[in-house]
Amino acid sequence: MKTITRSEEETIKVAEDLARRLDKGYLVLLSGELGAGKTRFVQGLAKGLGISDAVTSPTFTIVNEYRGRLPLFHIDLYRLERFPEEDIDLDEMLEKGVAAVEWWGKDRSFFEQYKPRVIVSIRVVSESEREIDIAWEDSSEK
Amino acid sequence: MIVLGIETSCDDTGIALLKDGRELLANLLSSQVSIHSVFGGVVPELAARKHLATLLPLLHEALEKSGVSLEDIDCIGVTNRPGLVPSLLVGLTFAKGLAYALGRPFIAVNHLEAHTFAIFLEREVEFPFVSLVVSGGHTSLFFVEDYGKMQFLGGTLDDAAGEAFDKVAKLLNLGYPGGPIIDKLARKGDPNAIAFPVAKTPGYSFSFSGVKTAVMSWLKKHKDYKVEDVAASFQEAVIKALVAKTFKAAEYKKVKNIVVSGGVACNSRLRELFTKRAEEEGYRVYFPSPKFCTDNGAMVAFVAYYRFLKGERAYFDVDVASRV
Repeated sequence: MKTITRSEEETIKVAEDLARRLDKGYLVLLSGELGAGKTRFVQGLAKGLGISDAVTSPTFTIVNEYRGRLPLFHIDLYRLERFPEEDIDLDEMLEKGVAAVEWWGKDRSFFEQYKPRVIVSIRVVSESEREIDIAWEDSSEK
Repeated sequence: MIVLGIETSCDDTGIALLKDGRELLANLLSSQVSIHSVFGGVVPELAARKHLATLLPLLHEALEKSGVSLEDIDCIGVTNRPGLVPSLLVGLTFAKGLAYALGRPFIAVNHLEAHTFAIFLEREVEFPFVSLVVSGGHTSLFFVEDYGKMQFLGGTLDDAAGEAFDKVAKLLNLGYPGGPIIDKLARKGDPNAIAFPVAKTPGYSFSFSGVKTAVMSWLKKHKDYKVEDVAASFQEAVIKALVAKTFKAAEYKKVKNIVVSGGVACNSRLRELFTKRAEEEGYRVYFPSPKFCTDNGAMVAFVAYYRFLKGERAYFDVDVASRV
């Protein structure tokens, strides 16, 4: 499903609505160029999950964890070449809550095995407009 | 008394030996050891693995250089927060192992406190002061009343300032690390060429995600431009926001001293603008030397030293934390 948002607030709102439909075990995969608003989107997810802490960029820490209705694991592969499975236990995170991954395209095949997942693609239309494509892939489709 | 400082919160491994809180016997960074061949090129793994391979050779080198033996170490200081969890774990576990084997106490150190007090390795600063820690992973303001007595005033709501430098450098195809590259280019550019907006944020918080997006949008709309002007204008916007909030904090807290540390504190324009504003308004601003601005083990040893003197000891069940 594609939606056009006209401001950061609208983008956050779309993410917030999506988050309300998430359950334990869901993986949210985000793509979009630098500055498209992936972290903004995750801030909306956090809001929808009832997280009150400020969600900051995980670029340097690779993973940030937040407590809410469900725990949210915010992961960023920007500085990496692939998912560091030796150091980050994605399965364990998904047992506890929801994981959102930025720059997942760097290791597309690694995420193949994970269902259910939501693929969020953010395209820059203009300075303030974004086209957000949300695709739900549930376990039933396996 | 000799304190061993261990820093592994991000990419660089730092080991230092500090005597009596002032004499630096050794201060080594991973990049100074020729272990690169061990990795055989770039292996896309987290820094944790690198820390694991680096710590022991680095410690040996530090001991050898300073003529100190393991048994001479009285206390171990180690960064346990905030940072990259797997990386922090390597450092903390290493410290615990050493502490246990040597029968010496260890102290878990906050990385941001270590940056704040790095200046004390070179000179003392009169309390109270306002501290800005600005790097690739952090942008935080503190009110500092005494050794280890810090109050968090505010930090970034999204990207750290140094991260914005890296990402804008990437947008401009300038390579990595972005900070020093932009700093150098900006000297040949006009800082007022383009007005990049920095988001207005409440209190003592910062936001640098928007200015990155503004550069991205601007580059899409313009074909003919001087990359030096873009670099200079972006840098100016970020630094002005840092200066504004830091002096606002100093004014509010009624302090006359300001300490700016962290990797971004190496930036020449940042030093210039902070110094200028301080001179105009009667403040004193202090920057550690570049080698103490970037991550290092010495600053961790220093914090461990004064915490040890206060009687603090860490328990073996102390853990790491990605956020403070």
